Amino acid sequence: MNPIAKVREAVAHSGHTVPAPRTEDHDTAAEAGSGPVVALHDAAVRVGGRTLWSGVDLRIGPGEFTAVLGPNGVGKSTMIKVLLGALPAAGGEVRVLGARPGQANGRIGYLPQRRSFDASMRVRGTDVVRLGLDGDRWGVPLPLPTARRRAVRERVAEVVELVGASGYAHRPIGQCSGGEQQRLLIAQALVRRPELLLLDEPLDSLDLPNQSAVAALIGRICHQEGVAVVMVAHDVNPILHHLDRVVYLAEGGAATGTPQEVITSRTLTRLYGTPVEVLRASDGRLVVVGQPEAPAVHTDRHGIPGGVRAAG
Amino acid sequence: MTDLLAASPLSQPFFQHALLAGTAIAAACGLVGCFLVLRAQVFTGDALSHVAFTGAMAALAFGYDLRLGLFAATVAMALLFGTLGRKARPDDVVIGSVFSWILGLGAFFTTLYTTSRSTSNGTAGVSVLFGSIFGISAGRATVAALVALGVCLLVLLIARPLLFATLDEAVAAARGVPVRLLGYGFLALAGVSAAEAAQAVGSLLLLGLLAAPAGAAIRLTDRPYRALALSAALAVLEMWAGLFASYAVPTMPPSFAIMAAATAVYAATFLIRRPTTRTPTPARAGA
Repeated sequence: MNPIAKVREAVAHSGHTVPAPRTEDHDTAAEAGSGPVVALHDAAVRVGGRTLWSGVDLRIGPGEFTAVLGPNGVGKSTMIKVLLGALPAAGGEVRVLGARPGQANGRIGYLPQRRSFDASMRVRGTDVVRLGLDGDRWGVPLPLPTARRRAVRERVAEVVELVGASGYAHRPIGQCSGGEQQRLLIAQALVRRPELLLLDEPLDSLDLPNQSAVAALIGRICHQEGVAVVMVAHDVNPILHHLDRVVYLAEGGAATGTPQEVITSRTLTRLYGTPVEVLRASDGRLVVVGQPEAPAVHTDRHGIPGGVRAAG
Repeated sequence: MTDLLAASPLSQPFFQHALLAGTAIAAACGLVGCFLVLRAQVFTGDALSHVAFTGAMAALAFGYDLRLGLFAATVAMALLFGTLGRKARPDDVVIGSVFSWILGLGAFFTTLYTTSRSTSNGTAGVSVLFGSIFGISAGRATVAALVALGVCLLVLLIARPLLFATLDEAVAAARGVPVRLLGYGFLALAGVSAAEAAQAVGSLLLLGLLAAPAGAAIRLTDRPYRALALSAALAVLEMWAGLFASYAVPTMPPSFAIMAAATAVYAATFLIRRPTTRTPTPARAGA
C-alpha cells in the first residue's frame, strides 16, 4: 500500500468517534489467561543519583497499546531502557514477559529513538530488516539454496508487506524518506514476531501525514497481530484514538490509566503540583495549558482535518 | 613451452613470494576496508598509516624486527581510536600537529637507526614508507599470508553481528550482540591489516589498499555481503594487476602499480550509471 493510501486509511479510521476504552479495569489483561506482558509494581529509577520517577504501577496485557508521556527529561526513554534491562530499577518490581528485564529480549522488538540513516548508506532496506532476524548470529549467510534461506527471505518479504514497505524495501535505506525508513525499522523490530514492541518516539521527525499513517500502522499491528506496544511519545494527539493505556510521568510522580482518566486537569495538576488545565478542541485534540515546562501534550497546528478524536 | 614458463614471472621465486603475500594481504584489506567504509572509520586508517612508519622505524632503531613495531603500533593506535570513540573526531589542528609529530618521530627513529645501527639496511626508511613486496623473503611471505588469512577468517566470523552493530547499534545491543567488544575487535583487526598492508605497499600507501577497493565495491552493490566479497575480490585483482604490471615495466615500483590499479577501478565506478530506482517487477522493466 502506498503512503497516501495509508494516510487515507488513517483518516478514514479516525473519522468516527473513538471506540470506547477497551478496559476500565487495569487488571483485565492478567485475568485474560496469559499473564501480563509488562508488570511494574511501585517501580522507581535513579540516574546519576537523581530519582527520575518512582511509584509507577503498570500492567500491560497482550495486544494493548500503551503510551509513555511526560515532559522532556523526565525519563520516558529511561522507562524503555529499564524494560530492556539496560538499566536496573532502583526500587519496586519490574517483570517483562514473566521474567526479569533483559532475560526475554529475544521476544521484544525494539525501535530506539531515531537517528536517520545517512544518505550515503548503501544498504538495502530488506538487509536492514533481515538483520533483525539473524543479525546476532556469527558468520556470514552463505549463498546456497537452502530451506532456511528461503524461509528467511519469505519472512522478510512478509513483514515488509505488513508495514507496507514493499515498494521501496529494495532501495538503499539511505535513499528512503524518514517515514519509509521508520516503516522499515518497524518491520525490523517485528520480523521475529515479538510479543512486546518498545518504541521510542517513533513519530519524531516525521511530517504529519506520516505521523498519522505510522501511528495507524502501529495501532493495527498492536490490535490485529496481538503485539503489546509500549510507545514513548512527545505528543499524544496522533496516537490518542489507538491508545488503551497511558503512563504519564512527571517529576511529582506518575499516573497510569486510560487516556480519559489520566490526561485531565485534575490528574495533571496533582502531578505537576501547579494548576494545569487540559482543554479539548472541538475536533478532540488536547491542549495542555499552564505547565511549568514545555508542553508535553501539545496541539498540532497542521492537524489533519477531522484527524484525531477523543472520547469525552 | 619451458622457455615460456621460464620467462614468465611465476617462475621467479621473488615473484611467487610477492604473489603469495600480496594476495592474502589484499583479501584481508578488502574485507576490513569494507567495514571501515561502512562504519565511517576510514579516518582511522589514515592515522594507522602514520603510526605504522613510526612503529616500524622505532623497532629497527631499538634493534627489533620491524614487523614487531608495525603490529604493536598499529594495533595500539587502532584501540586508542576505539576508546576515543567515533564522535571524538580530531579537528584539523590536531591532525596537522599530532600526525606530523608522529611522522617526525618516525624521522627521528630513522636517523637514530641509520647512525647507530649497522648501515647494512640504509634504505629501510624508504622501504617502510613505500613498501618492498618484491624484496619479501619466503619466510616473511608465509607469515604475512598466514596472518592475513587469519584476519580474513575472523572478519567473516564477525561480519553479520558487526554489520548489525554498524547499522543499528542500540538494537543490536538490546539483542545481545557484544557491540563494544566487536568494535574493539574490529579495530584491532584493522590495525593488523594496516601492518600487513604496510609490508606490501608501504605505510604511506596502505590507506589506498584499505579504502579504494571497499569504496568501489560499495558503489557497485547495495547488498552488504556481496559488497564484502566484491571488495576482497577487487583488492586481490588490483594486487595481481599491479604485481604483473610492475614486473613487465621494471621502472614502475609495485606499490605505485597496485595503487594505480586500485584508483583506476575506483574512478571507473563513477562512470557506471546506476539506475536510481530499480523496480523488482519484470513488467516495468520490460515496458
